[in-house]
Amino acid sequence: MPAVTVEHIIKTYGKKKEVLALNDLSFDVAPGELFGIIGPDGAGKTSLFRILTTLLLADSGKATVDGFDVVQSYKEIRKRVGYMPGRFSLYTDLSVEENLNFFATIFNTSIKENYDLVKEIYVQIEPFKDRKAGKLSGGMKQKLALCCALIHRPSVLFLDEPTTGVDAVSRKEFWEMLKGLRQQGITILVSTPYMDEARLCDRVALIQNGAILSINTPAGVVDEFSYPLWAVQSPAMLPLLNELKALPFVKDAYPFGAYHHVVLNNAAAENQLHQWVQQFAVTNVQAKKITADIEDCFIALMKN
Amino acid sequence: MFILLGMPVVQIVIFGFALTNEVKNAHIAILDASKDAATASLITELNASRYFDVERYCTDYKQIDDEFKKGTIKLAVIFPAHFDEDLQHFNTAQVQLIADASDPNVANTLTSYASAIIIDFQNRITENKKLPYTINTQLRMLYNPQLKGAFNFVPGVMAMVLLLVCTMMTAITIVKEKEMGTMEIMLVSPMRPQIVVLAKAVPYLLLSIINIITILLLSVYVLDVPINGSVVLLMLESILFTLVSLSLGLLISAGVASQQAAMFISLIALFLPTIMLSGFMFPIENMPLPLRVVSHIVPARWYYTIVKSVMIKGLGIQAILKETLILAGMMLFFLTMAVKRFKIRLA
Amino acid sequence: MSNNKVITANELTKTFGDFVAVDHISFEVEKGEIFGFLGANGAGKTTAMRMLCGLSMPTSGKATVAGLDVYTENEKIKRSIGYMSQKFSLYDDLTVKENMQFYGGIYGKKDAFIKSKTASILQELHLEKEANVLVKSLPLGWKQKLAFSVAVFHEPEIVFLDEPTGGVDPVTRREFWNMIYQASANGITVFVTTHYMDEAEYCNRVSIMVDGRIEALDAPAQLKQQYHAASMDDVFLKLARKAVRAAD
Repeated sequence: MPAVTVEHIIKTYGKKKEVLALNDLSFDVAPGELFGIIGPDGAGKTSLFRILTTLLLADSGKATVDGFDVVQSYKEIRKRVGYMPGRFSLYTDLSVEENLNFFATIFNTSIKENYDLVKEIYVQIEPFKDRKAGKLSGGMKQKLALCCALIHRPSVLFLDEPTTGVDAVSRKEFWEMLKGLRQQGITILVSTPYMDEARLCDRVALIQNGAILSINTPAGVVDEFSYPLWAVQSPAMLPLLNELKALPFVKDAYPFGAYHHVVLNNAAAENQLHQWVQQFAVTNVQAKKITADIEDCFIALMKN
Repeated sequence: MFILLGMPVVQIVIFGFALTNEVKNAHIAILDASKDAATASLITELNASRYFDVERYCTDYKQIDDEFKKGTIKLAVIFPAHFDEDLQHFNTAQVQLIADASDPNVANTLTSYASAIIIDFQNRITENKKLPYTINTQLRMLYNPQLKGAFNFVPGVMAMVLLLVCTMMTAITIVKEKEMGTMEIMLVSPMRPQIVVLAKAVPYLLLSIINIITILLLSVYVLDVPINGSVVLLMLESILFTLVSLSLGLLISAGVASQQAAMFISLIALFLPTIMLSGFMFPIENMPLPLRVVSHIVPARWYYTIVKSVMIKGLGIQAILKETLILAGMMLFFLTMAVKRFKIRLA
Repeated sequence: MSNNKVITANELTKTFGDFVAVDHISFEVEKGEIFGFLGANGAGKTTAMRMLCGLSMPTSGKATVAGLDVYTENEKIKRSIGYMSQKFSLYDDLTVKENMQFYGGIYGKKDAFIKSKTASILQELHLEKEANVLVKSLPLGWKQKLAFSVAVFHEPEIVFLDEPTGGVDPVTRREFWNMIYQASANGITVFVTTHYMDEAEYCNRVSIMVDGRIEALDAPAQLKQQYHAASMDDVFLKLARKAVRAAD
């Protein structure tokens, strides 16, 4: 039985239902899976999470969590899921320890009972356990919130944009923690606008404007990218981009970190590009063939 | 926008025209042991004045006392037997005015109006006579012989404090949870949301009880306002009113999304009406009909009557049964509404 | 001081009590440069940026922005800079056009200027049809692009961008950077913070703050070489992991 099923979920907002937040979404998440919902702000990630955590009702469609229907059996679901909303939502005037205790009590459990689950994360914030939660730094707040969401040993954990606004180092640490939790058999649904985090998931759904662009393993998503992809570099990046865009055999070209990524129409175009680069070798233009990144796939899917 | 622009207009209209300290058409009772020409014409004059309406004709003091307890009359005019005879033979007669001084301002105004009418009458009948008639007016201030203001404001302050603490604070703290996002987590927990909300209300209930005790102690020992009735009854009624206020706070919190809105609604929709329409500042009897009707849905109006009855007049439960039932009904209504409107989901 | 230096900071320091938020930082930014200002949460980026915007008085050190002193001429500084952040940008309940008129008005621009500038921005962003639409009904990506246009509406010398592309989709993110390039080509200096390390590569020069100090400052290519790193992401991680103080 899948840990989460979503069937044809539609959600609209507004008096006249003019804002379409989720447009006929369907997918399953297997037990123990680390499932990523990858998409920009406004793609519908939070709406989806709120529907699955029984906080919102969908306009139509069906969804289950741990086998329970999100509408009829919402009480059962509330007993067994952990949820970390996008914005920090702990009691800022309670200390770290008090927050954890409080949430343990609400879920009819104690810190002791499930300490092994949160231990690895909690030891990192334990030195500050008497500090008020409001005075913690961004990364530590995140860890505390994760502890609070885990304290009742949920079967499914929902993390809504846990790494938004968090620096690269804290983001790496956070994903390390998620890996650890996955080994404990907890199903995790995590949403993020950072494309580079997709490859850390078992499977990902790329979403945009309330619709799924692709669901696959990170490697699978990349395999779906069927065009040759090259990375091109030169000392004058801006004019280079304009020239690349103008080439007839180039399907798309866009900046990507230190390089421009160039999507070619077909395999035959690789030679053409190679020759084109040779012409400019004097001005230090370099090109190499690369495999696509999730972000390349997302861009391609968006432009389709 | 409408509120911001409309508020001053509404307030000016209410304060300027509807709310007035002047007392009109006050209900009075007459005990006429004389029943002669002089009393008859004096009674007619009292009744004809715009200040008084004769509500009851009593036959003994017991009846007058009952009317005061019921709160149906504000003033009683008592003519002893042989009023006219005394006037004719001795050129002097007695009349007694008894006023309900639990509201000292009203009592003062009413007795001075009545005295003026009596003196007027006296002067008129003296006109053709050589020897002047004298009508001696004897005043009695019921419940509050010293006419202390505290007798009036203590019940009013109790109503305001309880309303402020319970309604506004409950509404604000619950809405704060919504704003901070903690409510979101609470909802996604096995905890029944209603429990969460009620748990928020309990501390304020306790706080209010402490407040009541403080106010009562202060009024008895510092302001010399006696508690003439049962303290237990007074406490129970106060707790009832606290519960009404808490339920109102819960109802407000269920409907609004920001602390600002909660505060605004509590102030505009509750605090102002409590001050203006509970009878504490302005006598309800003198308000135009629409405001009098509106005053019926102001919980503080009933609580204010209860506190005055129990504390100042020393009455028992039977005298305030109606008010108590109304408050209990309001509480049930608000609480049911609040629980019903409380969402188990976000939207 | 050369005229080309739009921002200079010399031993700029800010302390809160005994906490040194910004610890003697020194750097210069040239006219038209895209200057990436990176650092982990709590490294002191925001505090430093506030001092340069004239919003916060330094404890010690010197700094000039657009040739103006941050101690004595902070009001003038506010007139010659533009500012945009992910959180605060536009008024949701004003229309696209009204937002531009409003900001133009704040900076004391003439009606004729506002009118022509508004028209040219609407055309540039292909928002002509949406000119009278409330900002809140626009998609996030458009909002961010519009916010940037509004931040440079009064043609400031420098524009400060605080995580301008957070949560924006990859296509719009690139369009946004295209706008940054154009602004830079027009001589506007861009001072930008970001959590996307690929965006660090788009900057002319990047500074990385660790524990209140500027730990590295150079062009992305040089930084990668210096730290033997394949990408800016690696450079950042190598430096930020050195941090000892708790963030924020």
